[in-house]
Amino acid sequence: MAEMTVESDVMDAAGPYDRARALSAFKLGDVTFYWITRACAISVLLILGGIIISLIVGAWPAIREYGAAFLWTQRWAPSADPPVLGALGPIYGTLITSVIAMMIAIPVGLGIAIFLTEICPLWLRRPIGLAVELLAGIPSIIYGMWGFFVLGPFLANTFQPFMISIFDGVPVLGTVFAGPPSYLSLFNAALILAIMVLPFITSISVDVFKTVPPVLKEAAYGVGCTTWEVVRNVVIPYTRVGVIGGIMLALGRALGETMAVTFIIGNSFKIQSSIFAPGTTISAAIASEFAESDGLHQSGLILLGLLLFVLTFFVLAAARLMLMRLEKKAGN
Amino acid sequence: MNFVRTIVAAGMVAASTSAFAADITGAGATFPFPIYSKWADAYKKETGNGLNYQSIGSGAGIKQIQAKTVTFGATDAPLKAEQLEKDGLVQWPMVMGAIVPVVNLEGIKPGELVLSGEVLGDIYLGKIKKWDDAAIAKLNPKLKLPADAITVVRRSDGSGTTFNFTDYLSKSSADWKAKVGTGTAVEWPVGVGAKGNEGVAGNIGQTKNAIGYVEYAYAKQNKLTHTAMINKAGKTVQPTIEAFQAAASNADWAKAPGYYVILTDQPGEASWPITAATFILMHKAATDKAASQEAIKFFKYAFEKGDKMAEELDYIPMPDSVVKLIEKTWSAEIKS
Repeated sequence: MAEMTVESDVMDAAGPYDRARALSAFKLGDVTFYWITRACAISVLLILGGIIISLIVGAWPAIREYGAAFLWTQRWAPSADPPVLGALGPIYGTLITSVIAMMIAIPVGLGIAIFLTEICPLWLRRPIGLAVELLAGIPSIIYGMWGFFVLGPFLANTFQPFMISIFDGVPVLGTVFAGPPSYLSLFNAALILAIMVLPFITSISVDVFKTVPPVLKEAAYGVGCTTWEVVRNVVIPYTRVGVIGGIMLALGRALGETMAVTFIIGNSFKIQSSIFAPGTTISAAIASEFAESDGLHQSGLILLGLLLFVLTFFVLAAARLMLMRLEKKAGN
Repeated sequence: MNFVRTIVAAGMVAASTSAFAADITGAGATFPFPIYSKWADAYKKETGNGLNYQSIGSGAGIKQIQAKTVTFGATDAPLKAEQLEKDGLVQWPMVMGAIVPVVNLEGIKPGELVLSGEVLGDIYLGKIKKWDDAAIAKLNPKLKLPADAITVVRRSDGSGTTFNFTDYLSKSSADWKAKVGTGTAVEWPVGVGAKGNEGVAGNIGQTKNAIGYVEYAYAKQNKLTHTAMINKAGKTVQPTIEAFQAAASNADWAKAPGYYVILTDQPGEASWPITAATFILMHKAATDKAASQEAIKFFKYAFEKGDKMAEELDYIPMPDSVVKLIEKTWSAEIKS
């Protein structure tokens, strides 16, 4: 009590005027900080809004010309008079390559992550971890060139003929894996995508797997669980939200990846039942044709861009919703 | 739309020109990029004046010159006279190239396989599916062609090469004209798309029984098996500099407003049928007159001293008679 009086005496000695000024300076600093950070945050909304508006302005002639039919028209004839443009081919290609890529990348990525955190001997952990992160650092054009010169020929000469001969005559699968083999195809693009998104899934999974409290795992091991049971019943349920977040990030990358896909997808707007046939994705179509396009054709390409934007938005929104549900279920 | 174009154009130019403080800036077609940069290099050594050419595609080149962000634009697909008038532009052909069909067939040497425009059109329409088809066999009675399916390869990106190739097919096949037509990017009935001339060349080199089309220089440098063609006069011609120049000199440049001549399917017994010129676009009354004058000086230099350099890179210089016409156009139309 006595000490406090002394302290306030000291403050009083310094003068009430100074104290108010100091306080207001603090307050000013705080207010400035508040507004600067707020402006930074709001600028994201402005930038996003600007992108959407300029996309809509650019796409407007195509929207007026084709309307909603743009979504389910398969024909893409920019040189016809007037041009006939439809987005079904690129939408199909975008979805199918992403789905195949995720079908390959999720099990492999999770497998790597589980191996790295649960099973891997310490000395091997660093090289594998580094290699995975290096995969993320390789520019997409390098993937494209590698796909064109190395992966494409390998798939067309070895893998595809093998798959085609296995499934020949089998209903459904026979059509999905139908020939002729090709260097440039939906499947080749999907495989490249799978390799490209692998690090997203792996690194995030590794990070969240590390957050599992050791005591939980030790307890499970203590009651006699195998490594598989620990992973399945302790690690995965505990980290589910984070793992799904990583998968969604990877899916976002797969939907929008342009350069590597442009190199090896074959740019065909026709939808074919075989995944070994050439196709195209929204981003590959834009990258291929934008420079030499004009008028309605260019507007149609911008509309494709708008569609990709919307598609990505819905995928991310769906991911958020799913995460929220999971969190609720987990009772957090 | 114009708003977007301007933004796109301004962005591209800002990104491309900021690194250099060159007097002359040009942008457009990718096909003439090697020769333009070689000429620019030689011109800089001789005069000290630099030129910065960005190969961003013909369509983008047209947009740039319309937006007045560059001194000259370059395009493989010429603009029509009305469009030139509307934008206040002057257009002329700068250098020529040729497009050759290339194949990957076992035992077939370069120049052995003969094709006609009609057969080529049917192959690209998907009507001719196998190499031993009667229509191909009829043109090549001495060759033994495999009974395998034809893999059709084409460009995936919009390009001047595709424009000229599809223009040739439209002229020689009524069916092609009705179903597909001419354009830098078209609705391909069959085939896989590879990116750029180098992509098509690479794909043909690796794929058995494939057919594709590339600029002559790419076929030569990649040692691909080019075909012979039957031209408008019904003669079988090989892709040679003489055959390309024959096509150029047989074209009627003097009577074409804005030099709007597409060199495919030209008359003459020696003419290679898929020859193409690449064009320069400039404003009649440019905002930056000094740069405009400097650009004309550069083009004059290229016409006068650049022929050998062009031939070294497998381009075909414009015939002298055409150069004279172009120089007249400059003095008549470009205000300084």
